[in-house]
Amino acid sequence: MKRRNFLGLMGAAGVSAALPTKAQAGGNVDFEGYPGSKGVLFDATRCIGCRKCEVGCNEVNNLPQPEKPFTDLSVTETTRRTENEAYTVVNKYETSGGPVFRKIQCMHCMEPSCGSACFVAAFTKEPSGAVTYDESVCVGCRYCMVACPFEIPTYTYNDPITPKVIKCDLCEANMQAGKIALPGCVNSCPKEALVYGERDELIKIARNRLEANPDNYIDHIYGENEVGGTSWLFISGVPFSEIGLREDLGTVSGPELNSGALSVVAMVPALWPLLLAGVYGITKRTDKINIKEKADAVAKAISETQDKASADMKAAMERAANDKAATVKREVAKVVKEAEEAAAAAAGGDGETEEEGA
Amino acid sequence: MNTEAQSQKSLLTPFNVIAGLILLMGAALTVWRFGWGIGAVTNLDNNNPWGIWIGFDLLCGVALAAGGFVTSSAVYLFGMKKHHAAVRPAILTAFLGYLFVVVALQYDLGRPWRLPYPFVVQSGTTSMLFEVGLCVALYLTVLFLEFSVAPLEWLGKKKLRKLIHGMTIVLTIFGVVLSTLHQSSLGALYIIAPSKLHPLWYSSYLPTFFFVSSVAAGMSMVMLEGWISHKPMHKVMSDDYLGQSDDLNYGFAKGASWVLMGYFFIKVIGIAADNEWHLLNTGWGSWFLIELLGFVLLPSFLFAIGTREKNLKLIRWTALLTVLGIVLNRLNVSLIAFNWHLPSEMRYVPSWQEVGVTLFVVTMIVVSFKVISSKTPIFYEHPDYKDEH
Repeated sequence: MKRRNFLGLMGAAGVSAALPTKAQAGGNVDFEGYPGSKGVLFDATRCIGCRKCEVGCNEVNNLPQPEKPFTDLSVTETTRRTENEAYTVVNKYETSGGPVFRKIQCMHCMEPSCGSACFVAAFTKEPSGAVTYDESVCVGCRYCMVACPFEIPTYTYNDPITPKVIKCDLCEANMQAGKIALPGCVNSCPKEALVYGERDELIKIARNRLEANPDNYIDHIYGENEVGGTSWLFISGVPFSEIGLREDLGTVSGPELNSGALSVVAMVPALWPLLLAGVYGITKRTDKINIKEKADAVAKAISETQDKASADMKAAMERAANDKAATVKREVAKVVKEAEEAAAAAAGGDGETEEEGA
Repeated sequence: MNTEAQSQKSLLTPFNVIAGLILLMGAALTVWRFGWGIGAVTNLDNNNPWGIWIGFDLLCGVALAAGGFVTSSAVYLFGMKKHHAAVRPAILTAFLGYLFVVVALQYDLGRPWRLPYPFVVQSGTTSMLFEVGLCVALYLTVLFLEFSVAPLEWLGKKKLRKLIHGMTIVLTIFGVVLSTLHQSSLGALYIIAPSKLHPLWYSSYLPTFFFVSSVAAGMSMVMLEGWISHKPMHKVMSDDYLGQSDDLNYGFAKGASWVLMGYFFIKVIGIAADNEWHLLNTGWGSWFLIELLGFVLLPSFLFAIGTREKNLKLIRWTALLTVLGIVLNRLNVSLIAFNWHLPSEMRYVPSWQEVGVTLFVVTMIVVSFKVISSKTPIFYEHPDYKDEH
C-alpha cells in the first residue's frame, strides 16, 4: 500500500483524531521518504538562461516545437508558466541583485498535494523520487491543479475525448527503462546549474556551497522543508520571492493539511446516528408522555364529571325521595285530616242524619 | 376548436417560451462542449482550473439543496410533526438539486464517463473529493428513495410504497449523516490550498463553516420555494399545506436566525484563531465584512424580528437575502477570493457559454419541479394515504 493511501485510510479510520494536525499513523512513527530517493538541485547563481534545459526536455518527451525557436532568448523576459507543450520553462527576473534566471517545473514534492487531492489516486510518489501521473484512471476533475501549491499541472482543455493532466515526471519512464541516465533538462545544462542525485546528498552539496560562499547565497535551501519538502531544491543569491518562488507556502504538506478534516470523517457516521436516534427517541417519548398525560387528564375529567353527576343524581334522588316522602306525608296528613273532618262531620251530623233519616 | 385554443393558450405562456429558448440554447451548448472540448466553451485555464460550473453549480447547488435533510430531520426527528406537508416539496427540490448537480458536473469533468472510476477502478481515499463524491452518490440514492413515495402513490404501487415509507426514520438519519459529511467536505476541498485562498476565507474550520451555513441555506430555500411556488402551484396545494405554511415560516425563520447567529460566531472565531484582525482593514477585509455583516448577521436579526412580529413579508425577503449570502460565500471561496494573489489579467471570469450552461441547468430544475409537482402528490396528500405519517 502506498504510504499516502495508508495515512489517508488511517486518518479516515479516525486513528489520528486525537492528533488532528499531524499526519502520523500508528503511534509516534514518522516516514521520512523513500531512502535514496533522487532529486535535482538548481543553483540560480549558475543559470545563464540559455533554455538548453527546455530543449532537452522537449526532445526526451517528444514535444512539439515551440512557436518561437529555443534560440530566441527574449521569451524568458515574459513571465511564463508550464504549459501542455512545455513541462519546464526558464524565466528571467529583474531582482535586487540584477537579472536572475529561474527554472520552473514540477517540484516533485515529498508528500505531493496533487496525490493527496486525487480521488482516483492517479499520482504516485515513486521510490525514485518522481511524482508520476496515470492518465488511464484520470476523470479530469482538475482538483490536482487546485491543490498544487506551485501551480504546475496543466490540462489539455481543447481535447474533447481524451483530455489529460500534463506535468514533468522527472523522465521517470525513460529513466526506469534505462534509455537515459539523467533527466532531459539536467543532461543538457551546460553550466552545471542542475545537479541530479540523491536528495540527501544534494542537500549536503547545497549546504557546502552556501557555507563556502556565504556572500553569494541566501542562507536557505528552498524545497528542503517547503510544503513538507520537495525533491527539487533551489539555492539562490537573491531572495526567493524575487525569482517567483513563494515564501509563504509553509512547511506543512498537503496530506498533513487534510489529515485533520479526514480524521473527523469517521466520527460523523459513528456518532451522528446515535445522537439523532436519541433525539428521535426523546421526541417520541415526549409525544408519548404528552399523549398519556392528555389521556390521563381526559380520564380524570371524565371520572370527575361522572362522580359529580352521580353525586348530583344521588342528591336529586334523595331530594326526590324526600319530596316524595313529604308529599306522601302531606297527602296522608291531608287524607287523615279529611278523614278526621269527615268523621267529625259524621259525628256532629249523626243526629241530623238520623233526624233526616227519622 | 375550443380545446385547441385552450391548449395553445396553455402552452405559449411567457414561462414556457423563455424556458424553451433556454433549453434550446442549452442543447446547442451541450453539443459544443462535448464536441469541441472544455476549452472551446470555457474561460478555464491552467491557473484557474475550476470555474462557475464548480463554484456555482456544485458548491451553491449542494448548499441550497440542504432544505431536504433540514426539513425531513426537523419534522421526523426533531418533532416538528405538524409541518409534515412541507417535507415533500423540500425533498423533491433537494432530489432535483442533487440530480442536476451531477448533470452539471458532466460538463466540467474532462472525461465524465469515468465518473464511477473512484468507486470501481481505483479509490483515492485521501481525497476530500472522494468523500464528496461518495456521499453525494449515496445521498442522491437516499433522496431518490425518499422522493419515490410520491410517484409510487401516483402509480398506485401500494406495497413498494409501504416498504419505503416504513424506512422513513432510517432514511432521514442516513440523510443527515451523509449531508453533514459532504456539505462539510465541500469546504474541506479548499483546506489543501492555503496559498491560493485569501486568508480571511481560508480556515481550518472551513468544513464547519460550510456545514453550518448549509443548514441556514436549506431553511431559507424552503421558505423561498414556498413563496415562489405559492402562486403557480396554488391549485395543487392542499389546505393542510397552506394552513401550516405560515407557521412553518415562523418556525424556520426562528431556527435560521439562531443558526445564522451561530455561523456568525464561528466565522469570527475563524478570524480570531488565525489572528487575522489586521486584514479586516484592507480592501479584501471590507469585502469580507460585507459578506459577514450584510449577509449573515443582518439576516439573523431580520429573521428574529420577522418571527417576533409575525411579519411574513420580512421573513420571505430575509430568506432571499440569506440565500444570496450563501451564494456569495461559496463564490468567494471558490472564485473571487481564490487565486487572489494572481494579477488581474490572469484572474478568471466566466465565458457566456459557461453562464449559459448554468442557466440551462437551473431551468431544467425549475421545469422538472413544475412538472413533477403538478402531476404527483407533492403539495397535497394522496387520498389513499391520508393521516399516515
